[in-house]
Amino acid sequence: MGTINTSQFRKGLKVQMEGDPYLMIECNFVKPGKGQALYKCKFKNLIRGTVIDKTFKSDTTLEEADVNELSSQYLYRQGEAFVFMDNESFEQYELSADQVGDAWKFLKEGMNCDMVLYNGNAISVTPPNHVVLKVEYCEPAVRGNTATNLTKPVKLETGAEITCPAFIEIGDLLKVDTRTSEYIERARE
Amino acid sequence: MLADWQPTASLANLRLRAELLKQVRALFDARGFLEVETPLLCADTVIDAHIDPLSVTLAQAGRHDPSACRLWLQTSPEQCMKRLLAFGAEAIYQISRAFRAGEGGPWHNPEFTLVEWYRVGDGTQEGIALLSAVAEELLGRGAAEQLSYGAAFQQHAGVDPLRATEDDFVAAARRHEVPIPPPAKGDAAAVDEQAKLDAWRELLLVEVVAPRLGRNTPTIVHDFPASQAALAQMRAGDPPVAERFELFVDGLELANGYHELLDADELIERGERANHIRTSLGKQQLPRPQKLLDAMRHGMPAASGCALGFDRLVALVAGAGKLADVWPFPTDRA
Repeated sequence: MGTINTSQFRKGLKVQMEGDPYLMIECNFVKPGKGQALYKCKFKNLIRGTVIDKTFKSDTTLEEADVNELSSQYLYRQGEAFVFMDNESFEQYELSADQVGDAWKFLKEGMNCDMVLYNGNAISVTPPNHVVLKVEYCEPAVRGNTATNLTKPVKLETGAEITCPAFIEIGDLLKVDTRTSEYIERARE
Repeated sequence: MLADWQPTASLANLRLRAELLKQVRALFDARGFLEVETPLLCADTVIDAHIDPLSVTLAQAGRHDPSACRLWLQTSPEQCMKRLLAFGAEAIYQISRAFRAGEGGPWHNPEFTLVEWYRVGDGTQEGIALLSAVAEELLGRGAAEQLSYGAAFQQHAGVDPLRATEDDFVAAARRHEVPIPPPAKGDAAAVDEQAKLDAWRELLLVEVVAPRLGRNTPTIVHDFPASQAALAQMRAGDPPVAERFELFVDGLELANGYHELLDADELIERGERANHIRTSLGKQQLPRPQKLLDAMRHGMPAASGCALGFDRLVALVAGAGKLADVWPFPTDRA
């Protein structure tokens, strides 16, 4: 991979620092009138998801990270591993439960996910922002109550629990926001 | 989304810009200043370690011309205005475009507008008083408070910037959770001890001190470290300080002024020091400003001068968050 100089800094760059891949999410040029320029940057660790602040003097060089994003399909779970397939090459990749993180709650076989490869290995997946999942179990609906302020926990077909309105019944299809784990609405097929 | 041809600034902000241009002229005209215009293309340029001029080749019309001479787009109109002072001008101002390579960001654009003025007979106090009056009239946020560079650092970063060692600066940076930049390829801190201390001062200024300046009223910082004298006179003391002053408003560096250096030999020495740092950073050497030196040797009268970033001023008055809001076509879209 190549190197990136401060003069080429911009949002969206993927760089390698202290052995981890980082995404540059902010870059601010600051300079005292007569002084040396500084680049104040924010980075997201692509493996851990943590955000760090770093400042660089001009003419600093960073290593480009070998990071690729691709579209993949969730195939199945095998013990502790989640198996995905690159939609273009059909190559299969395994991610650990740790790497999948909270995304497991929304993974349904055949679902399309964005996958990030680092040095050729899958490091993270992101499910679509909205997914539709079936309710596997919940307490019976409160008859006649369609208010949304009464809530109850439900178990989804993936095994995840979320909170939704009391009128939801077993077998209902729910539209869920995967970024917040929140119920959005009842969905038709 | 803006189409590529569209300006980034609103028409309302462009009207405000025009209004402020009129106010600047009225303000200096009322004080008896002469408005001057000096060339943007000159054989020399001010030698700054960290300001990079752009050059233009003056070729024969439309032809490749190996003998063409290179001229510098001015990083400020300073040299020519001082040549006018040496020629007898007494109080002059100019609204001028200035160019600085590699400066791009929310508060920087490689091409920008400076209001620059000089008045013969002014010392540091008069220079600061005039800048304060200019700030008060243009910004309407009251008279500027005055704070020495040392007091500003003591107050906001808890460190004495004129006497601190590197360890003191590191401790102050850690206390304020300032991310410390790793050494760079072209790093002024590697040049020598003095440049290293200046790098720490600049880091703390940018990260800790400046953001806290000019919050209630405009703040004028004065008495800079000797190593940051630029083209200001020195004042003896313990330690000696540079008679340089800067205006900060809402944390933004808005103007820079000097009780002007008059000694040509001293100017040569400072230029050589700046070129020495430039070489260490892998930057090109800049030529000795011969015409300015000649003017100074002929006799430049004692004066104070100041340059104010006009685009930043408009942005502050407009309540805008970046230069692009008040300048229609930033260089990356020009």
